[in-house]
Amino acid sequence: MNPLLNALLVVVLALNLFALGTSRIVTVIKLVSLQGFLLGLIPLLMEEHLGWSATLASGGAILLKGAIIPFMMLRAMRDVQIKREMEPLIGFLPSMLLGALATGFALLFSKALPLAGEHTTPLLVPAALATIFVGFILLTTRAKAITQVMGYLVLENGIYIFGMLLLGTMPLVVELGVLLDLFVAVFVICIIINHINQAFSSLDTRRLVALKE
Amino acid sequence: MEYEIQNGLKLILAATILLIASGLPACFFGRKSMFAQRLTTAFIVLGSLVGWWGLVAASFGTPVSSIVWDWHLPAGHFSIGLDALGAVFLIPVFTIPMLGSFYGLSYWRQSEHPENGRGLGLLYGLLAGGMALVVLSRDSILFLIAWELMAMAAFFLAGAEDEKAEVRRAGWIYLVATHAGTVCLLALFCLLRQVSGGFTLSAVDAGSLTSGIATTLFVLTIIGFGFKAGLMPLHVWLPGAHANAPSHVSAVMSGVMLKMGIYGILRILTLLPVTEVWNGEVVLAVGAVTGLLGIIFAIAQNDIKRLMAYSSIENIGIITMGIGLALIGRALHRTDFILLGLGGALLHVWNHSLFKSLLFLNAGTIMHVLHTREMNRMGGLAKTMPVTAGLFLLGAVAICGLPPLNGFASEWLIYLGLYHSVDAGSGSIWTVGVATVALAAIGALALACFVKIYSTVFLGTARAPVHGQPRDPSPLMRYPMLLLAGGCIVLGILPQLGFPLLQNAVAQWMEPTDPAVPLLLSVAPFQWISGMAMVFIVLVVGGTMLLRRKIVRQAPEPMGTWGCGYAQPTERMQYTATSFVEMLVSLFRWVLFPRIRRPAISATFPAKADFSTEVPDPVLERVILPAFRQAGRNMMKLRLLQQGRIQIYLLYILSIVLFLLYWEQWGF
Repeated sequence: MNPLLNALLVVVLALNLFALGTSRIVTVIKLVSLQGFLLGLIPLLMEEHLGWSATLASGGAILLKGAIIPFMMLRAMRDVQIKREMEPLIGFLPSMLLGALATGFALLFSKALPLAGEHTTPLLVPAALATIFVGFILLTTRAKAITQVMGYLVLENGIYIFGMLLLGTMPLVVELGVLLDLFVAVFVICIIINHINQAFSSLDTRRLVALKE
Repeated sequence: MEYEIQNGLKLILAATILLIASGLPACFFGRKSMFAQRLTTAFIVLGSLVGWWGLVAASFGTPVSSIVWDWHLPAGHFSIGLDALGAVFLIPVFTIPMLGSFYGLSYWRQSEHPENGRGLGLLYGLLAGGMALVVLSRDSILFLIAWELMAMAAFFLAGAEDEKAEVRRAGWIYLVATHAGTVCLLALFCLLRQVSGGFTLSAVDAGSLTSGIATTLFVLTIIGFGFKAGLMPLHVWLPGAHANAPSHVSAVMSGVMLKMGIYGILRILTLLPVTEVWNGEVVLAVGAVTGLLGIIFAIAQNDIKRLMAYSSIENIGIITMGIGLALIGRALHRTDFILLGLGGALLHVWNHSLFKSLLFLNAGTIMHVLHTREMNRMGGLAKTMPVTAGLFLLGAVAICGLPPLNGFASEWLIYLGLYHSVDAGSGSIWTVGVATVALAAIGALALACFVKIYSTVFLGTARAPVHGQPRDPSPLMRYPMLLLAGGCIVLGILPQLGFPLLQNAVAQWMEPTDPAVPLLLSVAPFQWISGMAMVFIVLVVGGTMLLRRKIVRQAPEPMGTWGCGYAQPTERMQYTATSFVEMLVSLFRWVLFPRIRRPAISATFPAKADFSTEVPDPVLERVILPAFRQAGRNMMKLRLLQQGRIQIYLLYILSIVLFLLYWEQWGF
């Protein structure tokens, strides 16, 4: 079972780097939705914990991250009519390299962490850390509001992977609550994106500096 | 007996809750509803009366009673208690707001102030209830909650007329000052918890304190509570806030709320062991400086309420001097110092709350008629408002510490205490002798100050045109003032009435090892004072009646005061409030820094010119505001961090997360 889980996590890590390296926003959305879908499968792979509540949480995550949120984002994109992230603060290749560096660092770092025995073997902890870092890189280097949302989603995915360590002990209510939070956050951001677009005729968040007092 | 005393404390708690909630029902009525205001007043009166009942049932805190309940907050308990010291301060809390809200029924009619009438009523009760809770609480968390309740209620009350820029400015200064004080209190209570091991306010064992900690606790107490009490130079918020608040609010703020600062100092110093003489000397010196500067600043004011606010600072100074003397007594184990110093200070707390409230309500009456606080625009009111003038005169005599009124009684106790220390002949306490001189100077200057007010406001002729005929106020405004004046007379002639309670309160500062505590009555022979006061009153009243009859019989036609035999005198030829004290102001210009703009006269026939003088608060204008401006300029450099770009802010978070990871893993 563990080999399958590890393979899945390696795919997730690869998706991270892919998301960093592309300029087409549609591709980023699709990559992140694929990542969300794969992450939703993880609880099903960790059979020893599988119960009806884990199945429900996993189904909810797949539905939300794999379908609903990408759908909302694609609609938002259609409304504001943009296709590409034109001017990132750091180029696509350098940010990809930075992501690779962060992944390596996460692997090294998690070796040094004092983890419980059953958590050391799978790639869960390093994958979580690496995904969080990649989310941060996306958030800090991209200028368009939609890509920022993608960065936020990747960050959340990283936290979700970390949550897998607690699978079985975390109550269903908490997991559903997290998913609901995510949904509401993205929902609100979509509305804000529309407003930013109307007010500044652009989605460049750097323009928001004009609001500084 | 035990049962009754517990019940008394519960009654007082009920009174506190009644006061806090007194303004709530009125919120469900219309903005202009006078019924709503009457309802609020009724609740405040009810709460205060229940409070008095509770005080009597608990026999004024002797023996001590307490209640401890658990609550849902993570720290502390709901722990309240009553002792004699608390009872001393609860008496004004349950008296002045009651009279003030009664006064407000006519002074601040909700039908004329629909924009803030209900809010004012609500906050008035909150202020009174908050103060009661401050006195009751025996737990630092509860104390701080009550303290903030009181401070914030006062902030909104002082800013009632927030459409005026001046009021808003005074409100901000108050807010900054009160929170600067609260910061010190937070530090104080944290340190106290370290030392005593809990949030309960309980006596600290002398053995557990190093001298450094003891000094820190003492300094934090004086500064933290000094902000509220108005000790120099922490008084900066006081004149503005008192001048701009509605008068019945100023009466409570000055008469009762400042005393909460004094209460805090006394409460914390009751818990701390005081063994060093310098503690008392510092407090005595701070009190003397506060008193002297307070009255000097007061003399220079032309705004009647600002003047009274400075005079409150002066009285706080006198009270603080009494406390300083008592602290010296504690360090030297001299029971007579403690008895006279603390007894005088506590009696002055009562007295000041009586006559300063009376004077503030009086000032409100004058403003109600003339719509100005500027004394240079008043004058001649004694003829049109005889009752107000008489009550003001009585309050002024009391506040100057002249016999036979109550100010004399308390100041005399402090004088006696200071004389005792001179008697003692110990060279180490020479400061105390200086303090006697300071107290005498304060008294003389206070007299000058109130002669200035009375003569400019009530004597002479009106200096500015008055709309309508000035009249004495309605009974609703008059009765509270009459009651306060009655209190001044009773406590002036028979201060012994309060002695049993004062004796019990003072006993809390005595060590069990101290020599036998003398009775206050035996140290200060007040039977004599009472007798002399009666004789004096009879002589004054009799003499006035005789003279009056004679004058009325022989009186020529009435003329304007200070007419000086001019053929065509005008009201502009009178002494103004400014000119009356010109000499004193120039004598103290090295501390007052008056701003005088006068024209340079060079030609033989000079053209028309202007002259103006103004005395802003020197501490605020010359020290605090420049310091804040400089700090503001320096802080602008930090704006560099605030770029306004989300990406940068996220980078901050990322770098801190990485830093923490690094720290956790590898340390430094």
